[in-house]
Amino acid sequence: MKTKVKLEDLNVHFDKNHAVKGTTIDFGENSVTAIIGPSGCGKSTVLRSINRMHDLVPTAKVTGRILLDGINIYERTIDSVSIRRLVGMVFQKPNPFPAMSVYDNVIAGYKLNGRINKDEADELVESSLKRVALWDEVKDRLKANSMELSGGQQQRLCIARTIAVKPEVILMDEPASALDPLSTLKIEELIEGLKEKYTIVIVTHNMQQAARISDYTAFFYLGELIEFGETKKIFTTPDKKQTEDYITGRFG
Amino acid sequence: MPQDTQPHKWKIENGLNGDFIFKGVTILFAFSILAILLLMLYEMSHESLPAIRKFGWSFVSGSEWDAVQSEFAALPYLYGSVVSSILALALATPLSVGTAIFITEIAPKKFGGLVAALVELLAAIPSVIYGLWGILVMAPWLQKTVQPFLIEHLGFLPFFQGAPYGVSMLAAVFILMIMIVPIITSITKEVLLAVPQSQKEAAIALGATRWEMIRTAMLPYGRSGILGAVILGLGRAIGETMAVTMVIGNNPQISLSLLSPAYTMPSVIANEFAETTSKLHASALMEIGLILLAVTLVINVLARLLLWGVTRQSGGNV
Amino acid sequence: MKIFSFRKLNNSVMTLSMVMATILVLVPLGLIFFHIMKMGLSSINLDFFVQIPKPTGETGGGMANGMAGTFVLIALASLIGLPVGILGAVYLVEYGGTRISAVIRFAADVLSGIPSIITGMVAYAMLVEPMKGFSALAGSLALSLIMVPIVLRTTEEQLKMVPDTLREASLALGVPLWRTSLKVTLRSAMKGVVTGILLAIARISGETAPLLFTALGNQFWSNKLTEPIAAMPLQIFTFAISPYEDWHRLAWAGALVLVTLMFGLSLSARYLGRTKQQS
Repeated sequence: MKTKVKLEDLNVHFDKNHAVKGTTIDFGENSVTAIIGPSGCGKSTVLRSINRMHDLVPTAKVTGRILLDGINIYERTIDSVSIRRLVGMVFQKPNPFPAMSVYDNVIAGYKLNGRINKDEADELVESSLKRVALWDEVKDRLKANSMELSGGQQQRLCIARTIAVKPEVILMDEPASALDPLSTLKIEELIEGLKEKYTIVIVTHNMQQAARISDYTAFFYLGELIEFGETKKIFTTPDKKQTEDYITGRFG
Repeated sequence: MPQDTQPHKWKIENGLNGDFIFKGVTILFAFSILAILLLMLYEMSHESLPAIRKFGWSFVSGSEWDAVQSEFAALPYLYGSVVSSILALALATPLSVGTAIFITEIAPKKFGGLVAALVELLAAIPSVIYGLWGILVMAPWLQKTVQPFLIEHLGFLPFFQGAPYGVSMLAAVFILMIMIVPIITSITKEVLLAVPQSQKEAAIALGATRWEMIRTAMLPYGRSGILGAVILGLGRAIGETMAVTMVIGNNPQISLSLLSPAYTMPSVIANEFAETTSKLHASALMEIGLILLAVTLVINVLARLLLWGVTRQSGGNV
Repeated sequence: MKIFSFRKLNNSVMTLSMVMATILVLVPLGLIFFHIMKMGLSSINLDFFVQIPKPTGETGGGMANGMAGTFVLIALASLIGLPVGILGAVYLVEYGGTRISAVIRFAADVLSGIPSIITGMVAYAMLVEPMKGFSALAGSLALSLIMVPIVLRTTEEQLKMVPDTLREASLALGVPLWRTSLKVTLRSAMKGVVTGILLAIARISGETAPLLFTALGNQFWSNKLTEPIAAMPLQIFTFAISPYEDWHRLAWAGALVLVTLMFGLSLSARYLGRTKQQS
């Protein structure tokens, strides 16, 4: 397996709080890696360091290296904004832009950055919405306000918006935790399809979900990476006692 | 193509990007608030220097103000400002606190909201319009009705002696009172709304009447907030210019009688600054402005510190 | 039982005092409105809007130059004050550390409590003295000094209410922070920001003291920003303290127009504020 993203001795501090401690981990290209662990274990913090979202938090300090295709994205000379175009992110709660239509939401990454040619936009909207299996549901109301969609549709719209900017890696922060079971299922199916083209890292607190959709699983506890390996192995024969306790529910 | 066919996927940070410029501009603008404050202090002190050098402390103790002789001392203006503001505050505070209690505790919710909105309208009327009403409606009324009454019945007191002029310290006190009621009322309202329900219920549960609940549970809890509101009202009164200038009579004398004309610090600036006769005259007026600035700065800092916690909690925007 | 009835009586007396206090507060408001309406409506006519003041002794005339002047002063003050206030608020919300933001916020609150006549003196020292003359520019500068803290504080309150998730959504799409601030954060808070702007304009449109020795006032039309310019509040002041009946009538008409303008602004601000809460 080819490594797409590599964390090397990653440490994240918020003021005095050491949120992520010396983590080293490889995310394989075109694979789905799940990050699991009890809440507050630093899993979202790890995820957010991969697209440099912490840059905007004055108290946050990130040390160590994160290599994307072998290049350290924390190198001083690299523009964090360009990193975020390569590494997209889907959030816990669907967050389409409320003032924009469905159509405009899909191309928001372009609209907010300037202009986009009409034909190009039409094509991009259609292909992105098709990829998230939303096209048939919304093709007749592309001009409708995005807030009129259901929660599950909004979340798929957010995924469409993310892939429209043509990223290589997609980070997902508990993308289905605010959704009903049926919508959750749709998102899970979607992730399965997306990995052909993208490298996916997903944070989830739902272990069944991790087991269903991921190829690899990383278990974090108190800011430390406890165990990382193929999902099948983590869920059947984990090496560490803590991992076993957690996945069998004997924990916190 | 001889060049690298695979373009860089990453952009190189070049320092002079949009974010850098934007951040710089916002920093500049945000800090301009501090700059404005410092600039005010600097300009006012700088321009006052000639007067400060010339007159020293006698500027605030003497009462000679003569542009022809170049003698400037500001006691009558200080006296006028202090007396008019304090008296206005003494009248406005009970009225404002009472109105605030009426709005929050006594009136039905809808009606209370209406009263609050009306009081806010009062705050939106420009000072010059208060002055217009004061000089053309209130002052004549005072002259014909109120002042003769006071002279006849209370004329044995030093406060109500002299002839009824209409424009007078009394007129200034009334107009100031009307003008500072809205600010004290609206902040006191916020303060009272921030009193936790549990405090009020505790009093009610002990069998307190509504007034006892207000007196024992609400007023003590909101004490520092209400004090902040009153001090803010004082700041407003001391700095109030147009309305006072139009009704106080503009005569720099120190008289115990509320019926005689007086003068205040902002009024003398308003009346004389545009047509000063000498550098020293302008500088003396600047010094009065500096005193005014210093006083209102202290008052505002004090009020804001008292109000800091209270209005934050209730989410009120004062 | 006796004590109980005393307490009840006390309660009733205090309640009545609160009602009386409220009435005493509202009476002047009613009277002021009554007189503005009565005197204003009987004095206002077409001439008021199209003519400039007549010299003393002649009857008639209007405040056309004052209205135009007030408009120019407000426009120019907004041009200076709005960007500073709005982008200053962006700094507080997007970049500022907690301590420095608190200091700036505090300074803004204190600044908004400083008497407006002082801002006039400062504008005088900054522009009138160096330029050796009263001017519309100096008047606008004085007004903008009053405007900045108001706009800064209201904008900041509005920006803080924009959920972080929207900001993050935009940033995660590779939109730079500055575009995110302008096109997502500010855009989402637009209604509230406009409300604050309207209130600030309402406030400065009636300001008189800071104009006394900056804009100075002008009997005629002015066609340069470096010249003294007429303004409605200044004209109301001059006419009100004059001994002429006819000028008093103009002052009342001016007051009616000014109050109408300000209430129009306040009501639109209130309306905008309300529609926002519903959505």
